[in-house]
Amino acid sequence: MGLRKFLDNIERHFQEGGRFQNFYVLYELFDTFLYAPDSVTRSTAHVRDGVDLKRIMITVWLAAFPAMFYGMYNLGYQANLVLETGIGSITDWHAPIISLLAGNDPGNLWDCFWFGAVYFIPIYAVTFLVGLIWEILFAIKRGHEVNEGFFVTSILFALTCPPDIPLWQVALGISFGVVIGKEVFGGTGKNFLNPALTGRAFLFFAYPAQMSGDAVWTAVDGYSGATALSIMSSQGMEVLRQGMQWGEAFLGSIQGSIGETSTAAIFAGGLLLLYTRIASWRIIAGVMLGMVALAGLFNNIGSDNPMFAVPWYWHMVVGGYAFGMIFMATDPVSAAMTNAGKWWFGALIGVMVVLIRVVNPAFPEGMMLAILFANLFAPLIDHFVVQANIKRRLARG
Amino acid sequence: MEHYLSLFVRSIFIENMALSFFLGMCTFLAVSKKIQTAIGLGVAVVVVLTITVPVNNLIYNYLLADGALAWAGLPDMDLSFLGLLSYIGVIAALVQILEMFLDKFVPALYNTLGVFLPLITVNCAIMGASLFMVERDYNFAESAVYGAGAGIGWALAIAALAGIREKLKYSDIPAGLQGLGITFIIVGLMSLGFMSFGGIDL
Repeated sequence: MGLRKFLDNIERHFQEGGRFQNFYVLYELFDTFLYAPDSVTRSTAHVRDGVDLKRIMITVWLAAFPAMFYGMYNLGYQANLVLETGIGSITDWHAPIISLLAGNDPGNLWDCFWFGAVYFIPIYAVTFLVGLIWEILFAIKRGHEVNEGFFVTSILFALTCPPDIPLWQVALGISFGVVIGKEVFGGTGKNFLNPALTGRAFLFFAYPAQMSGDAVWTAVDGYSGATALSIMSSQGMEVLRQGMQWGEAFLGSIQGSIGETSTAAIFAGGLLLLYTRIASWRIIAGVMLGMVALAGLFNNIGSDNPMFAVPWYWHMVVGGYAFGMIFMATDPVSAAMTNAGKWWFGALIGVMVVLIRVVNPAFPEGMMLAILFANLFAPLIDHFVVQANIKRRLARG
Repeated sequence: MEHYLSLFVRSIFIENMALSFFLGMCTFLAVSKKIQTAIGLGVAVVVVLTITVPVNNLIYNYLLADGALAWAGLPDMDLSFLGLLSYIGVIAALVQILEMFLDKFVPALYNTLGVFLPLITVNCAIMGASLFMVERDYNFAESAVYGAGAGIGWALAIAALAGIREKLKYSDIPAGLQGLGITFIIVGLMSLGFMSFGGIDL
């Protein structure tokens, strides 16, 4: 327990009147990251649970790990597949680091994993550092504590980036997400939009060339490969089925943002979140129902737009649908709070995502915008649920 | 029928008055603190828009447009320079009537809306809808659908904004941003969310 003793010894310097009192947040951040805080409730009856905000956030962070590790492997696998055919090459600083420890064989697990790590770890490191600097800056200035919610924001943001994204854009995006999406409202729990998605949406509209299109989904220069969604919308299901099996898309050996490809890995993390009741099953069920219902409706209507014919089980496995449903839609801060409201909120996301994918030719992918759109209406949905409840209870007498 | 439906959807979501044209901002920002009031104002705007846009359409097509006075024997007359004046006149008259109606039958809403009710007269969203109607050559039925759609879209936006602002009562906004400052940021972020409709071509 040497470290505990050391922390206790230096604590007085960080308390009020101490030499480093301005940096108390840093001390607190480090201390509570390693140890459970010893504050206890001394007033009258107060329900306390072992699951505090910190443990919730760390659980979500861990739940994203399967998607992250698979994403790293898949990033390398996709790139190595392309490199094997001889189209395109890697010309920037990534190349020497990759060749330091691994080759370029798509069949070799380590080669693919190392390739992905060389791309993903810098993205995550930049996200984490830049975001953390903003968090600490605001925490010191505004006198609140650095919250573990940032762990979640950082990993979710990094996982939604395309592999090819320039690192300065990563820094810009997470800065926008953390500062405008969260800190101007007072920090974790006080924002109304999902900060990770706010940052991504900002990048999406500010730098469409690096965030969308066909060239960004594989980390090889000079190669452009369409994602499943853009094949669907431009050529239709038949063409897609020739090149890709549903099982492939479900397991995730397809192109896409780093963390979004494997529906299976995301669901594995989702099971943990559902088991620990951190993610609301009502929201997930709502997203699912809304998507299935509208996709089914469009299937029945039919049209010369090929997206009308995409069945719901394909909508589920391509693009960011699964990732958004499990990790973004269930964000307890920006989602609806009431139980009935969660159903409506989820259904709104499910309907909107299919609507954007099918009807809007400008964006092949709709999950990010669907969730942001539903975030806007979450407080209003809650308001109506509460009003309906008041009315019902008044009528009961 | 399908044509009117797509015009209706377009005017609510894709060309949302508040969040993609940023029209009617003064009332949008000022009367969005409480959901009830915001919905009341939203309904008032829907009523005013649904009536004024088609009425202005008639005035434009039968009195003001180039050659519109042919029925009176004046085929060369072009009175379209009187457009702004006439539209504002119609809007002002209608708002007066609405005000009297609310004062008599819904006094609670009348009191909470206060000065913003007469200010609907100069609400840019309402004037804007009439001017869009002229610019896009809507016929009578189209302008009725467009007026209703534009009003509903604006009402939806202000209700959502009021919901968010009620939720943010519990937030801890930096002193310099409290009030209007944060509201501007919220509206900006909201229109980011409404970008999901940008590009839909109905």
